[in-house]
Amino acid sequence: MRRLSCFLALVVAVILAGCGKPDFSDAEKKTIASLALSSLPALKPDTTNRFADVPAAAALGSTLFFDQGMSGNGTVSCSTCHKIDRQFQDDLPQAVGVGRTNRRTMPLAGVARDPWFFWDGRRDSLWAQALTPLENPLEQAGNRAAYALYIKARFGERYERIFGPLPDFSATPLNASPLGSDAEKAAWNAMSGAQRDAINGVFANIGKAIAAFERSIEPVPTRFDRFALDLATGAEPEGDAVFSKQEILGLKLFIGKANCVTCHDGPRFTDNSFHNTGVPPVAGLPPDRGRIDAVRQVEADPFNCLGAFRDGDAGACGELRFMVKDASQLIRAYKTPSLRGAATRPPYMHAGQFSSLDEVVAHYAKAAPSVEGVSEVHPLQLSDRERAALVAFLKTLAE
Amino acid sequence: MLGKQSFFRQSVFLQAGGMRSVRQSVVCRRGTGLASIWRYLLAGLGLAALLVGILAVVYLTAPRSVQPAGPDVSRTKNTAAGLFVASFAPERGVVRQGELQSWLLTLKTKAGAPVEGAAIAVSGGMPLHSHGLPTSPQATDYLGDGRYRIEGVKFTMSGWWQLHFAISAAAGSDTVLFNVVL
Repeated sequence: MRRLSCFLALVVAVILAGCGKPDFSDAEKKTIASLALSSLPALKPDTTNRFADVPAAAALGSTLFFDQGMSGNGTVSCSTCHKIDRQFQDDLPQAVGVGRTNRRTMPLAGVARDPWFFWDGRRDSLWAQALTPLENPLEQAGNRAAYALYIKARFGERYERIFGPLPDFSATPLNASPLGSDAEKAAWNAMSGAQRDAINGVFANIGKAIAAFERSIEPVPTRFDRFALDLATGAEPEGDAVFSKQEILGLKLFIGKANCVTCHDGPRFTDNSFHNTGVPPVAGLPPDRGRIDAVRQVEADPFNCLGAFRDGDAGACGELRFMVKDASQLIRAYKTPSLRGAATRPPYMHAGQFSSLDEVVAHYAKAAPSVEGVSEVHPLQLSDRERAALVAFLKTLAE
Repeated sequence: MLGKQSFFRQSVFLQAGGMRSVRQSVVCRRGTGLASIWRYLLAGLGLAALLVGILAVVYLTAPRSVQPAGPDVSRTKNTAAGLFVASFAPERGVVRQGELQSWLLTLKTKAGAPVEGAAIAVSGGMPLHSHGLPTSPQATDYLGDGRYRIEGVKFTMSGWWQLHFAISAAAGSDTVLFNVVL
């Protein structure tokens, strides 16, 4: 009798062990390995910014990033919206600087790996991106002449040690910019070409210093990465690297039936591209057509890769040279955001349309058509259990 | 109080199934060791058979995933109207997902002569995702021997991609479609 019970106990144990152990196909294992942070390559040098890996430039950049003096009214810095203790975002549906913008603040982990910046990719380098909020009247609301003068007055010595001598600004107006108020535009137009170049040069270097700092902001390993590493090496997961059945189901759905991995791929869970996924517009905000309108903006940006302020050669400008300019697929297309840390930073989408991951999953399952253009998402039958599993898996990317 | 309760339960149990279990234990004690091993083996076999049965049912009733014949991924093919023989391959040999890459389109006549001075327009996309290419690849250089450098090729996702070339040369105009599966 004892032997029989031993035998039965053994059978039950084997069955239970078989159920509990994650069972992945070779193809699934390959995909999971490709998503793990361990497969993230080393950060490539940015040849368009020769100060990108200069420590003094990164140090100045970090000072500027947190300096509220870097705004028109002295109350807003980069860190107002990119909060250091909140994954460098602000938890708001739309960012609030000097005014309220129409877009969600993007987190910064791994930002230096992006080929395009902002939700619509209207800038093509991290340093060109950093300049844009400085002059946006709803964000930092300053003007480039004032920033150049401020840098000289406040950080002149530090600046010159990195970038070389500052120009003589004695004849420069206090406020001038091609993008500012009518008075600022008039002041800008009244300046000589050499004066404008001098201001633009200092302004570009502000961006290059901030970008050098932002290169240090990288994604951190999560429970998923520990699980994936153990799966790849065949080690027995321990502690929080053990996935629950629900989390394993969520992972399987993510890389399988739910098709999430189609766009959220690679160790950053993004294909760095733009897609119309039928996310609805927000009532009361100005019309927003996404990528299709950003193409002209990045082409017109004097600080883009093909402009005069790029360091290195134009070989680094492939993304800009070969960008898609007028396809209908760009209408209401927005950047695929990284999903690392997403579970702890609602609301979601480019204007904070969804307040929870449940709503996000429901949106992709329903696949409502886009108000303009064509959504790439197709409807999907997901049970309540499957939806909950997907959300459970996403949480493993934020723990 | 507790002892009384458990005693009560035990006695009820004895009343319900006591007779059978008593008889069983008697048979066990009387039988040889060999008989009981057989009994365990039989039980084990029964369980194993049950398991196999359940697994068989699960596997037989599981919906079979239909494996469609994949698209033709050959890197060399005749153009649509048969004017040229076209080859399409990554310049550095390997396809890397998510990176801008240069590919080479090599154009030869049927007789094997290189096609020179061709004008090439590139388009394409992912047929199953209703979107085009994430970049606008262009023929940027002629490298001789019928080889044209196609710059700006980028595959942002895994899956089935198509690249379509419209070729215009002295011999006439033709098109060719290459499938790339990542």
